[in-house]
Amino acid sequence: MTALPPFQTVLDEHSAAVMGILRGAVGRDGAEDCFQETFLAALRAYPKLTNASNLRGWLLTIAHRKAIDHHRARGRIPVPVAEVREVAVEDGVPQHDPGLWAAVGALPPKQRAAVALRYGSDLPHDEIAAALGCSPEAARRSLHEGLKRLRKELA
Amino acid sequence: MTTATERSIRKLKARAAAEGLLDVAYTSTDSPFGPLLLARTERGLVRVGLPNQDADELLADLAARVSPRVLEAPAELDEARRELDLYFAGKLDRFDLPLDWRLSGGFRRRVLRAIARIPYGQTRSYTEMARKAGNERAVRAAGTACGSNPIPLVVPCHRVLRTGGALGGYGGGLPMKEALLELEGVLDGRSGV
Repeated sequence: MTALPPFQTVLDEHSAAVMGILRGAVGRDGAEDCFQETFLAALRAYPKLTNASNLRGWLLTIAHRKAIDHHRARGRIPVPVAEVREVAVEDGVPQHDPGLWAAVGALPPKQRAAVALRYGSDLPHDEIAAALGCSPEAARRSLHEGLKRLRKELA
Repeated sequence: MTTATERSIRKLKARAAAEGLLDVAYTSTDSPFGPLLLARTERGLVRVGLPNQDADELLADLAARVSPRVLEAPAELDEARRELDLYFAGKLDRFDLPLDWRLSGGFRRRVLRAIARIPYGQTRSYTEMARKAGNERAVRAAGTACGSNPIPLVVPCHRVLRTGGALGGYGGGLPMKEALLELEGVLDGRSGV
């Protein structure tokens, strides 16, 4: 087991990345609140964390959940991009239809995280892999499976 | 770092403190000997790092032994910093700070508590400290307790000398021990008493 570093180190090393991702996910205005929520949640859970080898991925996963909470609370949905948009358009479902993100929310955890990190937070595959603590291939596979399932659900 | 991130971090720390999540607050402060690391818990001052000690190592040690919720929070150490500044200016002869003794236990803690009661400008021998802690023969252990003092300066292990007056050792280096004793008027500036 890797010893947990002082939380200040975690904050110093990852605050820029977390803020950057949250800005992308919820915009400049929401990002500051989500940032605080992310690090407060992290700080609460920190002493019980058993694996310190992927702190960045752990934080990004929390950040992504906080971004989703933020959108739910506001009744707004991040503007989906690329493939997800195609699915929505194919089905004649408006992009902001909560049904789409409800379907995302119903995916198994890995797939849900991969889809949200890709289309909610606009992360490339290697960053998603880091966030999920898996290989880029596995991240790609989760994303692919998630999208396949969404297409089927929303068809 | 952008202003928005700094602002968010400041708010985050205020909220963490309000929620009781700030298990260890620390700051760095200047002293005539170089930067000191000050760390406190909700119980009180838990660690003073001397200038020759590695701050990162001390923080890692606090994370392992107290709680990994270690955050830089200078305002939490305002009172400790104020008293230390006055002490170095020769304007304070007794610290009035709550202390957290958890980093030392047993005989060592008893030695350190005895040291905490040595008045300003006075010295004691390691033997006396061993006796005060309940075991007159454990002089070497008393020396070790001094050497492992987690709260130097405030727990004034620099006031403990060898029987006969030789300086003994000091975690911050002998020149610092000498200078502190000079500040307190124990030494007259000559080496070795």
